[in-house]
Amino acid sequence: MLMNSYSSASAPREAGSEPVILQNPPRLTLFAGHYGSGKTNIALNYALRLRSHGKPVTMADLDIVNPYFRMEDSRKLLQEAGIELIASAYANTNLDAPAMPKETYSLLADKSRFGVLDIGGDDRGALALGRYVPDILAENHYEMLLVANKARPLTRTAADTAAVMREIAEACGLPFTGLVNNTNYGAETTLEDVLESAGYIRELSEITELPLRMTCIRSELADDARGRVEQPFPLHLQKLYYMLEPESR
Amino acid sequence: MPEKVLMKGNEAIAEAAILAGCRHYFGYPITPQTEVAAYMSKRMPKIGGTFLQAESEIAAINMVYGVASTGKRAMTSSSSPGIALKCEGISYLAGADLPALIVNVQRGGPGLGGIQPSQSDYFLATRGPGHGDFHVLVLAPASVQEMADLTFKAFELADKYRMPAMLLADGTMGQMMEPVVLPAPAEHFIEKPWAVTGTECKRPHNIANSLFLLPEVLERMNFERFERYARVEEEEPMWESFLMEDAEICLVSFGITARVSRNAIVQARKEGLKAGMIRPKTLWPFPKKPLLEAAGKVKSFISVELSMGQMREDVELAVRCQKPVYLCNRTGGMIPTPEEVLQSIRKANEEGG
Repeated sequence: MLMNSYSSASAPREAGSEPVILQNPPRLTLFAGHYGSGKTNIALNYALRLRSHGKPVTMADLDIVNPYFRMEDSRKLLQEAGIELIASAYANTNLDAPAMPKETYSLLADKSRFGVLDIGGDDRGALALGRYVPDILAENHYEMLLVANKARPLTRTAADTAAVMREIAEACGLPFTGLVNNTNYGAETTLEDVLESAGYIRELSEITELPLRMTCIRSELADDARGRVEQPFPLHLQKLYYMLEPESR
Repeated sequence: MPEKVLMKGNEAIAEAAILAGCRHYFGYPITPQTEVAAYMSKRMPKIGGTFLQAESEIAAINMVYGVASTGKRAMTSSSSPGIALKCEGISYLAGADLPALIVNVQRGGPGLGGIQPSQSDYFLATRGPGHGDFHVLVLAPASVQEMADLTFKAFELADKYRMPAMLLADGTMGQMMEPVVLPAPAEHFIEKPWAVTGTECKRPHNIANSLFLLPEVLERMNFERFERYARVEEEEPMWESFLMEDAEICLVSFGITARVSRNAIVQARKEGLKAGMIRPKTLWPFPKKPLLEAAGKVKSFISVELSMGQMREDVELAVRCQKPVYLCNRTGGMIPTPEEVLQSIRKANEEGG
């Protein structure tokens, strides 16, 4: 078995307000999981955070299954932050063409940059990652993170989530290295919702023998969450046009 | 207390259909509704139901016809071009007085159009999607919660009136995610003495059929059916009023544009513009009564829609052209921003009634 040369364990254990993974990030960080688990938004936040540490960052939107709500929506935000975006030429167009962006190979080749990869949902979405896996394994400095949300109907239990994880790993051929707890109900998420999910993610961690790398928490709740959740990662929610303003609800 | 889950609109449709007792789903993939089929393909085998990816949309709707004629709850889902293909089968369902659910997660047209959200199947849905004289019930959800609730309701109404029902959503409604409390599983089902279930030599044959050999019989069937439709128009319109008590400008909008309109109305109120909204939850039957009542109070109406004024015609008919009905619309997959809707409200305010 190939050993992953990256290990976040070498980072200082005394984490401040940031997950350990961000203190010593791998060259490539991949976010995969059940569709609708929140991969795109986490990848976006993670890339912005890496960039704020002064790292050269490239994001790759490799979700070619779902043409709605794409990284493309955030192109301006990424540009302003100085993050390169690799996305399908057809994202947000009227063409439903599942074509991988050709620039992805440049990200694999240029090892001076930190890559953040947003993988399509479920096994079907992850299948397309397969062609890059030999390169990723050869370089061997990556984290493949499973994004898990207990509030999603088909991943309510640790066992069901582990099953989705195995399907994804089998489809793309890249083993997972860590977990991201993204249990949330959208803008209505409370701190209690996140605290309650600790048992779920612990059980998932035991079943899969994977460490918890991040617990996502909506940025408004981050202060209250300090010291109460493991590896807290504050998340700014993308504002999408369909969302009702609080006063319009 | 029932559990809350975070769902996509398309998933909420699928799960609510299962909770409504639907165990037969027939579909064919098309963006942006494919998650309905994907969800069903995972869930149906676990509960002893049938998920079948048909060879075409036309095959799928005819499979629905087959199951519906046995009295079981059946459904199909598609998006605009696929719904157009199903129209022949929907007409046959209506002609045979069979209840069924057809989900339309609309995308842009005409033709192959595009995959982004649209409401331009309004005419297709509300005027009877197919040949001949008929209507289908048309329900228009504006939240993921309503995607679930109105799917459930659609099955009940379809059974009650022996009519096909269409859930008319759009690409955004299908793809967006919100927390949902799902309905409790259906326990009471209406008797269906007309169902084709085998006579066991104890009753005359039931036949599910839309062919009538004698013109006078076909005419009688059509008249009787429209008497039933009149009852539906009397009893079943559903709508939601938002800030209408003192409104001078009444927005009329459904689905995704109703959400944008709501944000715009709240902004308008901050500017002292008395805007409100009547949001149809059923498009057929159209909520004519509250609109006609509003016509006596407001200065004007604005139809906010993702089509070229298709719903505006119904608003004008409902208010009997007593007040101007302006149009605020985008098409082709574009969605109006709250600012654009607010501009329409300002303009309507300047022009008066």
